[in-house]
Amino acid sequence: MEYEVVVGLETHAELATVTKLFCGCSTKFGVEPNTQVCPVCLGMPGVLPVMNKKAFEYALKAAIALNCKIGEFTNFDRKSYYYPDLPKNYQISQNYYNLGVDGYMDISVNGTIRRIRIHNVHLEEEAGKLIHPEEISADYSLVDFNRAGVPLLEIVSYPDMRNVDEVESYMQTLRKILLYTEISDCKMQEGSLRFEASISLRRKGSDKLGNRVEIKNLNSIKSVLKAIEYEAKRQSEVLDRGETVDRETRLWDEVSEKSARMRSKEEAQDYRYFPEPDLLPVLIDEKWLSTIKASIPELPLERKQRFMEVFKLSDYDASVITEEKVLADFFDECVKILDRPKAFCNWIINDLLREVKDRKLDINNLPIKAKQLAVLIEMIEKGTISSTIAKEVFSEMIQTGKGPQIIIEEKKLAQISDEGLIEAVLTKVISSNPDAIEDYKKGKKNALTFLVGQVMKETKGKANPKIVNEMLVKKVGI
Amino acid sequence: MSLRLFEYTAHRIKAKILSKEILVTDLIKYFLERIKSVEPYIQAYITINEEDALKKAKEIDEKIENAAKVGLLAGIPVAVKDNICTKGLSTTCASKILKNFIPPYDAFVVKRLKEEDAIIIGKTNLDEFAMGSSTENSSYKITRNPWNPEYVPGGSSGGSAAAVAADLSAMALGSDTGGSVRQPAALCGITGVKPTYGRVSRYGLVAFGSSLDQIGTLTKDVKDAAVLLQVIAGYDLRDSTSMQVSVPDYLNGIDSGVNDLRIGIPKEYFAAGLNADVHKALRDALKMYERLGAKIIDISLPHTEYAVAVYYIVANAEASSNLARYDGVRYGYRASRSNGIIDMYCRTRSEGFGNEVKRRIMLGNYALSAGYYDAYYLKASKVRNLIKNDFDIAFQQVDCIICPTSPVPGFKIGERAKNPLEMYLSDIYTIPANLAGIPGISVPCGFSKEGLPIGMQILARHFEEKKLLQIAYAFERETDFHLKKPVLKISSEQR
Repeated sequence: MEYEVVVGLETHAELATVTKLFCGCSTKFGVEPNTQVCPVCLGMPGVLPVMNKKAFEYALKAAIALNCKIGEFTNFDRKSYYYPDLPKNYQISQNYYNLGVDGYMDISVNGTIRRIRIHNVHLEEEAGKLIHPEEISADYSLVDFNRAGVPLLEIVSYPDMRNVDEVESYMQTLRKILLYTEISDCKMQEGSLRFEASISLRRKGSDKLGNRVEIKNLNSIKSVLKAIEYEAKRQSEVLDRGETVDRETRLWDEVSEKSARMRSKEEAQDYRYFPEPDLLPVLIDEKWLSTIKASIPELPLERKQRFMEVFKLSDYDASVITEEKVLADFFDECVKILDRPKAFCNWIINDLLREVKDRKLDINNLPIKAKQLAVLIEMIEKGTISSTIAKEVFSEMIQTGKGPQIIIEEKKLAQISDEGLIEAVLTKVISSNPDAIEDYKKGKKNALTFLVGQVMKETKGKANPKIVNEMLVKKVGI
Repeated sequence: MSLRLFEYTAHRIKAKILSKEILVTDLIKYFLERIKSVEPYIQAYITINEEDALKKAKEIDEKIENAAKVGLLAGIPVAVKDNICTKGLSTTCASKILKNFIPPYDAFVVKRLKEEDAIIIGKTNLDEFAMGSSTENSSYKITRNPWNPEYVPGGSSGGSAAAVAADLSAMALGSDTGGSVRQPAALCGITGVKPTYGRVSRYGLVAFGSSLDQIGTLTKDVKDAAVLLQVIAGYDLRDSTSMQVSVPDYLNGIDSGVNDLRIGIPKEYFAAGLNADVHKALRDALKMYERLGAKIIDISLPHTEYAVAVYYIVANAEASSNLARYDGVRYGYRASRSNGIIDMYCRTRSEGFGNEVKRRIMLGNYALSAGYYDAYYLKASKVRNLIKNDFDIAFQQVDCIICPTSPVPGFKIGERAKNPLEMYLSDIYTIPANLAGIPGISVPCGFSKEGLPIGMQILARHFEEKKLLQIAYAFERETDFHLKKPVLKISSEQR
């Protein structure tokens, strides 16, 4: 039987605020356990939450960027469940009046645009973290509450995705939007961006949704895709046997690349939502909304389209450049200084990204300025340096942060175009390579390439290869 | 000391302190002695803050000696209900689950008391987590009514009310979720104020019903209430529900009288179930107000009959969530032996909470459960709005509403303990003010045949505490009910 896969995603993104959602504790990652806590985020008796306005604005920004309808009135609700990492045993979240509803996000899949609807976007507080001792015999677990209370954005899509390509594009596009709007650092390895998938199958052509299975514990984009493939296969086998798929929540195991039942629908928790009485409803007026709207930059997909249309970049090049906002910003800055989009694009994709990767540099802190790269490109065009030397200069620029002129001067890398200087080297090369001269005269064209190479070697690559070539032909070609 | 200073109101004690007639240290020692001899018969306190109180007293004496500026409550002993957090001083909520809990922070009101140089003399008994109307639900002790030890002092701020009535503190703080300040004030013959919701910060008040809870005052007269409210009222940025409304000078103009005041009498509050002595005391009080120039106007608050039902859904729903944090993980009581986390939760909470608290947690969880939320919590919230609306309409016609605080002058220990519903009806006249968020005051207005005090409740619009105090003072000035002292049934020298 042929089935169609139906996927919806729930995304959790920690917001990049300096302090937590309901208290003044720092949100810094990776510090000593339980050093960023206070009576409020520890859920001590009698304490009260106070909303972090910045976090709310970040969430609002995301809701707008995801084309959601924003109500004039939004409220927090308590979501109740018992878990040792949840200090109050309820999470302050949103349920009855979500911050944003009925939005959408356009994604690009193999060159075509697909629109994925967003069910809602809401703000909630993060839980702490359980730390289980390594010895299996240990009869205790520890809790680190540093993360408890960090603002968390939840984005719930409709089940609008039909294959892993769409799911991957959805995750990448969403990640880029969150990075572009600068509301989350989206570090999956630190858990600041997490996905949960719900998957169902239905007979091709049917418009009725099948029983859905939720998968948790997906720690990377790759895990999400693998888990969906695994689950689609598992469900199709169940259906092919004539059985029905159980509505349940399953946990993905990254090591075995399998999922296992965590709880069935019958065991589903009743969260007993009710309006949080300790916080006032948030009223969003036009003025506030328009200020937030104005702070949203051009989003990745729009930017990619612009790069393709205005600068004639290929789909691939435009995708790579817009992958990181800082890169796209850099590119925009470059072309403003010098109108050579293709050249900049090549330098960024081939050289800059390689250096970043090899030297493990922080992409958000590029060691090179747009102006410097523009000067480098101009120097190649003017023949001041060869493109080979330019690569060396570029590498030096990355390492030292110095401008190209300074490096060329210091290392005496300027290209030699003086025919008198080249002449001396030529004479030396010709006299020490009589065999090559003979070969060339016999018609072996690659002997000339060899001789040019020798001249370049002698001049440490600084001789202008075009002039060397012309002079050689003139000299030995008689 | 033959002055019997412990019988004085706080404002009279303060005058003696400022005129250097007495040292704060002597005063506090005097109160501590009084507590030692009388407390065994009253059982008002869970913790006596002896050492710290004496230390603080010495500091204030030094301030006065050096003619330094002192606060509004300089040297005045204040008892604090044990559900209000005090830094470094145990705060149990009269629950086993918080037996060894010592807060690392002060409640906003406690911080204010300290800033105004008050002496926190001890932490008072209450119904566990403020859930009750008799202070019988404490895990530690049963507080007795100073007027008759066989009777309850009311609740849940019964410890605070009994402490003030038995002269074991000059004044006290309580909390009022459905009448927990006003009802024990009435039963103990003292003055109790529940401010407007949002007037006093709830930061550090251990939450019961968050949308109803408000910290209030228990004092020997109306002027003391004005002073204590002056200290604790005001905006606090740590409580998002506290309001940025300026705090007037409550003492200034307290003697303005009630000429031309329009007093509303809700017919629903003078119906079946009202004790005859209480009814008579109220009628006499209203005659007094008429003599003083006020007009009595009959009004109706038509949704009153639903108030108790609405209250027990909203308050318990909020409580079920507020009390979820007592799980044995981070602080407080933890069951000594358990098998896994779920078992640890179950044992800790089963052993740590008393029956009334468990009952309310279960009722609250039920009201919030999937499939019941709309029928219970949501419906209750809507009816709550109707009750608020009743008051809005009434206050277009009248300046205040007067009614009994409690339907009966009191009840005996154990009398209602077995019947929760009967107990819940103790708060029938006080609950509507919490649902509407309006302020209320209870002042003594008479005595029953058995010699138990009777309280009169006055309600006003949001943030009209000043008016309430003026109306209450006009009555107090003409009567001596507040001056009557209980004759404690203990040996004569200890009286």
